[in-house]
Amino acid sequence: MWDYVKLIVLAAVAVAAAIIASYARDLAHLVHMIIIMLTAGGLFLWQIRRVGERVVHNQSEYMDGVIRYGVIATAFWGVVGFLVGVVIAFQLAWPELNLEFAQGYTNFGRLRPLHTSAVIFAFGGNALIASAFYVVQRTSAARLWGGNLAWFVFWGYQLFIVMAATGYVLGSTQGQEYAEPEWLTDLWLTIVWVAFLAIYLGTLIKRREPHIYVANWFYLSFIVTVAMLHLVNNLQIPVSIFGSMSVPVFSGVQSAMVQWWYGHNAVGFFLTAGFLGMMYYFIPKQAERPVYSYKLSIIHFWALIFLYIWAGPHHLHYTALPDWAQTLGMTFSIMLWMPSWGGMINGLMTLSGAWDKLRTDPVIRMMVVAVGFYGMATFEGPMMSIRAVNSLSHYTDWTIGHVHSGALGWNGMITFGMLYYLVPRLWKRERLYSLSLVSWHFWLATIGIVLYAASMWVTGIMEGLMWRQVDAQGFLVNSFADTVAAKFPMYVVRGLGGVMFLVGALIMCYNLWKTVTSVGEKKPAAAAVPAE
Amino acid sequence: MVDPTNKTPDNKVSPPERQYPDPKAKLKKDPPTTGHSWDGIEEYDNPMPRWWLWTFYLTIIWAVIYMILYPAWPMVTRATSGILGYSTRGEVAAEIARFDQQNQVWFDRLVETDLDDIRADGELQSFAVNAGAAVFRAQCSQCHGTGGAGVQASGFPNLLDDEWIWGGTMEDIHETVRYGIRNEDHVDARWSAMPAFGQDGILEEDEIDQVVHYVLRLSGQQADATLASAGEEIYLANCASCHGDSGEGDSFVGAPALNSAIWLYGGTYEDIRYSVVNSRFGIMPGFAGRLRDAEIRAVASYVHQLGGGQ
Repeated sequence: MWDYVKLIVLAAVAVAAAIIASYARDLAHLVHMIIIMLTAGGLFLWQIRRVGERVVHNQSEYMDGVIRYGVIATAFWGVVGFLVGVVIAFQLAWPELNLEFAQGYTNFGRLRPLHTSAVIFAFGGNALIASAFYVVQRTSAARLWGGNLAWFVFWGYQLFIVMAATGYVLGSTQGQEYAEPEWLTDLWLTIVWVAFLAIYLGTLIKRREPHIYVANWFYLSFIVTVAMLHLVNNLQIPVSIFGSMSVPVFSGVQSAMVQWWYGHNAVGFFLTAGFLGMMYYFIPKQAERPVYSYKLSIIHFWALIFLYIWAGPHHLHYTALPDWAQTLGMTFSIMLWMPSWGGMINGLMTLSGAWDKLRTDPVIRMMVVAVGFYGMATFEGPMMSIRAVNSLSHYTDWTIGHVHSGALGWNGMITFGMLYYLVPRLWKRERLYSLSLVSWHFWLATIGIVLYAASMWVTGIMEGLMWRQVDAQGFLVNSFADTVAAKFPMYVVRGLGGVMFLVGALIMCYNLWKTVTSVGEKKPAAAAVPAE
Repeated sequence: MVDPTNKTPDNKVSPPERQYPDPKAKLKKDPPTTGHSWDGIEEYDNPMPRWWLWTFYLTIIWAVIYMILYPAWPMVTRATSGILGYSTRGEVAAEIARFDQQNQVWFDRLVETDLDDIRADGELQSFAVNAGAAVFRAQCSQCHGTGGAGVQASGFPNLLDDEWIWGGTMEDIHETVRYGIRNEDHVDARWSAMPAFGQDGILEEDEIDQVVHYVLRLSGQQADATLASAGEEIYLANCASCHGDSGEGDSFVGAPALNSAIWLYGGTYEDIRYSVVNSRFGIMPGFAGRLRDAEIRAVASYVHQLGGGQ
């Protein structure tokens, strides 16, 4: 019965997409409809060959197949995102790379959201979904709830990524940073995300451990809050089902405020809370040490999620946003400093008694450096939110440097550590193919990040000072073009840092590939089985 | 990196084993755990670090004080304004007012002094050039370049040379800046329009060829002698009324000189031909109403002294 419902729905979706495609008002919508038509049509054929087939979900085994796919997707989108990042970094240094013949498709304006979404949502999102599935099963001692729903979430999320990416290149955008996809893609992500939440909650509810582990608090707050942020910031009214355009519900300064409430908490809950969940599982596992302090984890968790949600207005200092909102954004950002550092302390102190592992285990070194960059970025953030500092740093490359020391250093490095931890376990290998390649990756990535962040600090502070420089009579000293020209050498250094980070990721992919294909299988005695 | 699976080959002297302190030694007095274990992970029941907690309290105290001093909490009709009465707009306005007050005497003198007399007043000229340069960087450099060199052969005129389409005296430059060129927002804007001789069918294809060669010869470039001679008549009949009999141009009607090596849109055969066939001209905004009078006079002074002022 259920099979036939699925077939009818898939057929209806494919036909509807084909009809809408033939009336599509813009290229992006046309392409999206064709993608949906092909996906639904393909699934229809796939499903029709499996009518009546019963899928058995063995409740005494963890559901790891979908996590293996998630790990592959994480590595793949990571490389894509880093590559696009390197391209646009060099486009800024050498504008000729905005290829003349491909104007309107591969120029900076089109590729920039492709880069940010590829690294945050494709690389980071897949890492979060895969690790959340892994962690919630292990720490709940239960198989994922919802049977094949986890596969729906995985593939549905990839479809979201493809639709978002094609939309950017074809010029379909809401123009809201980190929330660029138009209404159709937004609606699809909402469905996928609700399924993700259902799986997560379902697994937690049927857990066999008496208490919920701290990593799961962070993952759950990430899933719930991102759902809320996504819904509110994408309140748009589509112009027509035949076109990708939509009209936002908020306008003016309200729109800006909602956007940065969303934007900052995308950082706070996607890139901080979610990844802290990752940190709280993989660091104690890799270090084989207990978490430093339960009390600290509970206090910093609640303080973090309560305070973060207020901090958005610090993106709008000295704008039309009323002063009182700016003040609240700034003061809550300052109060956020210690709650953020609570995660760093718990991560680092977990290693007390195991610091010698830094010498022998490059994977734990990667995780520790990730936590270090996390601490640095979460100090820099509150500092930059101070109105006086912000008047210098805002709109400059300092912001870009800040974001990347967090994204490359914290999110990137902890994800690499997670991948190195997961691949031998998911594919049941004895060990990683090569620890010295992990070391190479570690040093390339670390030096790359340092080059990136340092060059952006220099250009950021330089251009901030140049913009505000006035002579004794109050006249501007520099034109905008002067500040752009002055940044050139640092732009080249930044690009090189990006290249090193990308090369490190490619080395990781090779290492993981060889781990799966060339390393002996681990003895079945240690196979993962839920605790009885 | 030491790969533990890599053994030192037998024929090499193996390095002495380094002794590190036993990490487990100091764990003898491990703090108690919370008693739970998830997939092998336990949690110590350590207290929160004292310094962490106190720094957290301090940031909260600081935030509360800041919220009392500055506008912070929305109330029914308006937000609390804070003890200091601060506002971001007020801060910027005060800074602008401070410089305005300081410069007022100079602005007044600039407006009162006759345009051509500014140069003679060393002090005033120095202020005008300085102020004009700042205005230029913010308002003009996007098209004319930060140094005023324009963009060659792209329709953005070079302001460093002595070739002026609309005249290079202080009065001329001032008027151009003030009202703009082909600026539909102001009736006094400079306005000129060359016919599109090809597009509008005024000249035949071969006549255009001839006149282009004549213009090439006028500007001292290589040209086909027969075509150029044939083009002279066409030039005199169609072009000379604005560009002058010998191509000297006429800044009164905004006709560029054709007898020099300076070209707004490029001086090759193809460039000139395109201009004759399609006609082309740029626009410049007028700054009356956007900048105060003194600033317009200042930027005119700045441009005038760049090198080509008449």
